[in-house]
This record gives sequence, C-alpha cells and structure tokens, in this order.
Amino acid sequence: MNKTIINRLLVNRNNNHLFKRTYSSVGNKIPRDPKYAVINSKDIDYFRSILKDPNQILTDKDDVDPFNCDWMKKFKGNSQLVVKPKTTEQVSKILSYCNEKKIAVVPQGGNTGLVGGSVPVHDEIILSLANMSKVESFDPITGVVTVQAGCILENIENYLVPLGYTVPIDLGAKGSCQIGGNASTNAGGIRLLRYGSLHGSILGVEAVLADGTVLDCLSTLRKDNTGYDLKQLFIGSEGTLGVITKLSFITPPKPTSVNVALFSCHSFDRVQQVLIRAKKQLGDILSAFEFMDRPCIDLVLKHQAGTREPFDDSTPFYVLMETSGFNEVHDGEKLSSFLESIMGDELIVDGSVATDSKNMTSFWKLRETITESLGKEGATYKYDLSLPIDQFYQLVAVMREKLDGKALVYGFGHVGDGNLHLNISTPNQSYSKDMLDMIEPFVYEYTSKHRGSISAEHGIGAMKSQHLHFSKSDPAIHLMKSIKHAMDPNNILNPYKVLPQ
Amino acid sequence: MKIFVPVKRVIDYAAKIRVRPDKSGVDTNGVRMSTNPFDEIAIEEAVRLKEKGIAKEVVAITMGPKASEEVLRSSLAIGADQGVIVNTDKPLNPLSVAKLLQKLAETEKPNLIIMGKQAIDDDCNQTAQMLAGLLKWPQATFASKIEISESKDSVKVTREIDGGLETLSMKLPAIISCDLRLNEPRYAKLANIMKAKKVQLTTKTPEDLGVQLNENLKIVSVEEPAKRSGGSKVTTVDDIVASLKKHSLI
Repeated sequence: MNKTIINRLLVNRNNNHLFKRTYSSVGNKIPRDPKYAVINSKDIDYFRSILKDPNQILTDKDDVDPFNCDWMKKFKGNSQLVVKPKTTEQVSKILSYCNEKKIAVVPQGGNTGLVGGSVPVHDEIILSLANMSKVESFDPITGVVTVQAGCILENIENYLVPLGYTVPIDLGAKGSCQIGGNASTNAGGIRLLRYGSLHGSILGVEAVLADGTVLDCLSTLRKDNTGYDLKQLFIGSEGTLGVITKLSFITPPKPTSVNVALFSCHSFDRVQQVLIRAKKQLGDILSAFEFMDRPCIDLVLKHQAGTREPFDDSTPFYVLMETSGFNEVHDGEKLSSFLESIMGDELIVDGSVATDSKNMTSFWKLRETITESLGKEGATYKYDLSLPIDQFYQLVAVMREKLDGKALVYGFGHVGDGNLHLNISTPNQSYSKDMLDMIEPFVYEYTSKHRGSISAEHGIGAMKSQHLHFSKSDPAIHLMKSIKHAMDPNNILNPYKVLPQ
Repeated sequence: MKIFVPVKRVIDYAAKIRVRPDKSGVDTNGVRMSTNPFDEIAIEEAVRLKEKGIAKEVVAITMGPKASEEVLRSSLAIGADQGVIVNTDKPLNPLSVAKLLQKLAETEKPNLIIMGKQAIDDDCNQTAQMLAGLLKWPQATFASKIEISESKDSVKVTREIDGGLETLSMKLPAIISCDLRLNEPRYAKLANIMKAKKVQLTTKTPEDLGVQLNENLKIVSVEEPAKRSGGSKVTTVDDIVASLKKHSLI
C-alpha cells in the first residue's frame, strides 16, 4: 500500500470544548484510596535527581493538564506531575521509588484510548513513554522489528515501508498512538482480520514491574515454548501489571497490489452474505471488511469536507472492503469473479472499485472519520462489542427503539471480526447521568446474554471495570486479582482500573 | 455529436517516485499506475455532455504499451462508449501523440476533443495546443466550464487565467483542455466496471495510421530534487545571531 493510500486521518484533537462535563464526572467515580501518598517537593526533587534533564519533568498546571485528560475530553484526572523517562533504567528507578513510597502511577502512551485507561482517575503521577521513541533494530530476514514503547505507530510504519515491510496493526489514531500503548491495550484495528491480534504478532516484551524489576522477555524468536509465556501478561493488561518499555514484533511484507471496494446493501443479512463470499472467494487477499450503517454516512458527509454521496441511492448499509496481495493480475481475477458473484446474486445494491489512490482515500475516509465526526456532534456514549454474527446488528435496532429518538444510534465496525462499534450520540449536549442510565447496564446485559464481549478491542480502563463481570466469570476475575496482587502487591500501577474494586 | 477524449496512463499521484539509477527516467516497476487525473476530468465532462443528450458518442483514446488498456477500461466504466488504443512500446512525446490524434480525428471526424491540460508525469502541457495547430481547429485551454450552444455548432468555454476567468466562444470542431475545477469525476459503478471489462477495444499502431514517431527529443538526464536538510533548534537570541552569521544571512 502506498503511504498516501493509507493516509488515514489522524484523530482530531481539537475537540469540541462546548461540552465541559466529563463522562467520569457523570458515572460513579471510585473514591481516592487514602493509602496512596500525596506527592511532595521531596518526591519531585528525587525524580529530578534521576531524570536530570529538566524537560523530563512537568509540574506546571498548564503543562500537566493535557496529560490529565483523554482526547475526547471524557475522562479527567488531577495529577500534579508528569515524568518522561528516556531509558528503561529511569523507568525502573521511578517505579522502585513509587513502590516504596506508595505513590500511584498511570503509564501513558499516545493517550488515544477510548476507555480512560491512560489518564489518572485522581492524582496518580503520569509516566509518559513519549521520550522512548527509537526503533532499535530490524532483521530483514525474519522481518522482526524491535522498538521502544514510545514509538508512534506511523513512525514505525514509515521506517518499515522503504524496507518492504509494514506494521501488522493499523488504527485511525496511527499518527499519535504509541506502540507500547497499542500492546498494553492489545489494540485491534483494521488489519486484525488479516494479520491477527498483537498476542500473535508480538514476540518479545521488556517490561518494568511495579517494584522496579526489569523483566527482559525481549525475545525475537517465532517459537519459544519455555515455561509460562509471561509477555502475554503485559499485552492487553492496560499497564496494571507492569510498564512495557520495549517490544519486538513480526512485521509482514508490504503488499504491492491493493484494491478498495465500496458496496451498498439493503439489509444486514446481505452484508453477512457478502462477507461469507469474500472469505471463501478472496481468501488470502482479503485484508479488510468494514461496515457502516446509513446514519454513519450521513454524519461523515455532514462533517468532513471533500466527502460525497457515494452512490445514486441511499441504502441502510455500506461495506468497505480491501484486498492486499502481491500479484496484480491474480488479485484482479479473484476480485472480478467475486464481484460478478455478488452482483449476479443481487447481494449488493450498488458498488464501486477504486482504481487510483484518490478514490481509495475517499472510500476509506467514509469509514475512518466516523469517530472524529461523532466527536463534533456532542457527547457520545461509545460501546465496543464483540457479538455473534447473527446478533451483530440487532442491538443497534434494539437501542434505537429503546431510546426512541432521545439520542442518535450509530452502528459500524469490523464486521469481519464480529466487532461492533455502537455509538450513541446526543448532539449539542454534555454527558448526562439520565442518558447513561438508559444505556447502561442494558447494553452490557444484552451483550452478556448473547455471549458477546463488552470490550472487543478498546479495553476496560476506567470506564468498564465495574462491568467486567458481564464478560468474565467470577473464578476468572478472582484469578486476575491474584495475578495483579502477585505482581503489584501495593497496587501502584494504574489503580482503579480494569479489575472491579 | 462525437467527442474524443485522449487519456494517458501515468504513475499514480500518490506513488513514491524513484529515479532509475542510470538517470534515464523514472522507475515504473511495481509502481501503482492510474489514469491521468486531468484526463479523468475530461472523460467525466464528455460523459456528462452525453447524459445531457448533447453528445451521442464518447471515444476514449490512449497510446502506449498494452497495459495502457486499463485506463480505457476505467474510462468505459465512467461512461465512454468506445476505447481505442494506439499500441506502441516506443516512447511518445507530445508531438507524436498530437500527430497520431490528428490522423484519428481526420478519419473519425469528432466534433469536439476534450483532454487534460497536461499529464502529471511529464507535465508537458503541449499536446492540446499542438493538435489544434495540426488540425487547424480553434482551441481553449485550462477550461473550468464548458457550454455547448443549442445549435451544437459552437461552444463557450470559461478558462482559468492569472487573476481571473476568461470566456471564449469557438466554432466546432474544437479542442478543449481542461483544468482541475471543471468537474469532480464520479465513482465508477460496479456494474459498469464489470461491463467495461468485456468491451471490445480497437487496437491500432502508429504504422496503421501512417505516422512516423517523432524522435527529435532526447532525455539527457532525470534527477531527483536535492534533499532538504533538516532544521535545527536554537535556544537563545545569541544562538540565532550566530547561526544567521554562519550561513551568511546577515
């Protein structure tokens, strides 16, 4: 793929400032645990002594504020201190000190998360990995790259592309999100369908434990069955078990032949049938299968300059499909017979295939700017659910009926992975308890009843810790708590999150 | 009314351009190719004239190796009726292209030729003008609006010029080269894309047309622009002054 084909829009941080009330002030915020120390000037002096460069410590309110709040302005903490180490050793010294003094710490990457996992709940100090942003090595034979945790995803991609490789994960936030954050939240995204989750792509992790121990599991081996696979504990645990400082992962060769198609469908049932055929007929070259419902298209057309109505007639569902391969002729033939089959059987109403980067970019824009466009509308209640395919879109209809026009309901997501992004938007309003009560816990109960996941790829963070039980059994949560206790007995790492109190 | 639209296959605008190590040109191996964006605008305009009932037939014409057929398929998918390829593996410069188009126009007698103002690969911006000279037809370049008269014997063209717009009126047959703001090409419909794959294309060669390819232009060397060196940060006013002096700027 060309760099510009995948010139996916970055998440717009200039969010609407009209809606001051935050989500966390609406939900039931967990009170501050008094066992944690309140930092004082001695602590700051100590951090200065390890970090040396004055730019590595932020204490001024204006400097700290952006780190206290997530990009949606939904979650806001009250930290007084940001530390920005440059080496693993510095991370180790910081954590060792915090563990001893019982100072709570929130590790922070690009702060692009959606569940409040990367901002403090109260006054936890913020450990930003932004200064650890080097690509350390790349092996051209195995395709394994080793990077520091603070590397921005897009920078890694830009490093790999000239070498003929690409990153196995791609997100709308790629221009700001950091690989360490991607790993610790087990971020999904558009390429998961093709390259699988980070649990498979990541081969090694170097992490600093709560007591400052540096755990070197930075393997670059594809196969390594020696004892417990400890690195997996840091992938998806959202910084509660340790701070990832470096990691290595396998990178796939960059496909040279890419096609992007957009379809419109009458019903979600048809979307599913197109998916089944795409899997069967395109097989190895299918690299993305995304769906969005009509309200999403209307929203993007309203907020994004340069977008336009794709087809003559408006239909309830749209599919964006991408193929990536290495042989234009082979891919073209496969795609042709697939298109003939879905057209012939009238599974789609209309469709188009982009043959140049300009159209590819505009098709992708319809899908990738939905989140940003929702941000421009007003308060949005976001749910990231995995649901069995037969129940996949049903929930959107159920919510529309339940909310009865009091809010707008949008459904889109990675239908190829069974991952629905359910978004409930209240234009020009701030987050309200009444609205939240109408949505939760209903959405979680519904998901649980259908054996889905209440967090497919966004994680639990501060938003869903009290709802974890909807997707995990009591014994599972109990074991998670035991692991947490074993690895972080003072509970200084990212407290109040992930596990229910 | 019959409209000719010449279309060129060029390196996609977003592709990374690599100069061949021997500096003889640009490397096109494994690089995404697509229709020259200005030509796509020309096709769109011709198809719109057909949809308005003004034109009867739109003929897309390309020149070059067999792979160029794909831009004809794209043009057919947008709505062109016929595709003609003048097949040659030899390099083509604007005068050769204009001569080949002249021969095709003399036999097929289109009423209008709409083409991109330039190709984004060589940026020549010469073919339309040369063709007008060879055919002795009136021309309007850099069109941002095209209006055919009711009697279909003349056309009013609005051109983008420095500091404003100029409106010309010409008798048909005529040649129009189009600018970026003339229209926004549609997304080709899937059904039309599939149909376009099956259309029989007309293949001709320069010999068929009796044109000797002009080889009086020779590319001496193609080079990449000089790399920009990165900026540097200064922390004090003294540093700024010192740095400016060092680069002999003050």
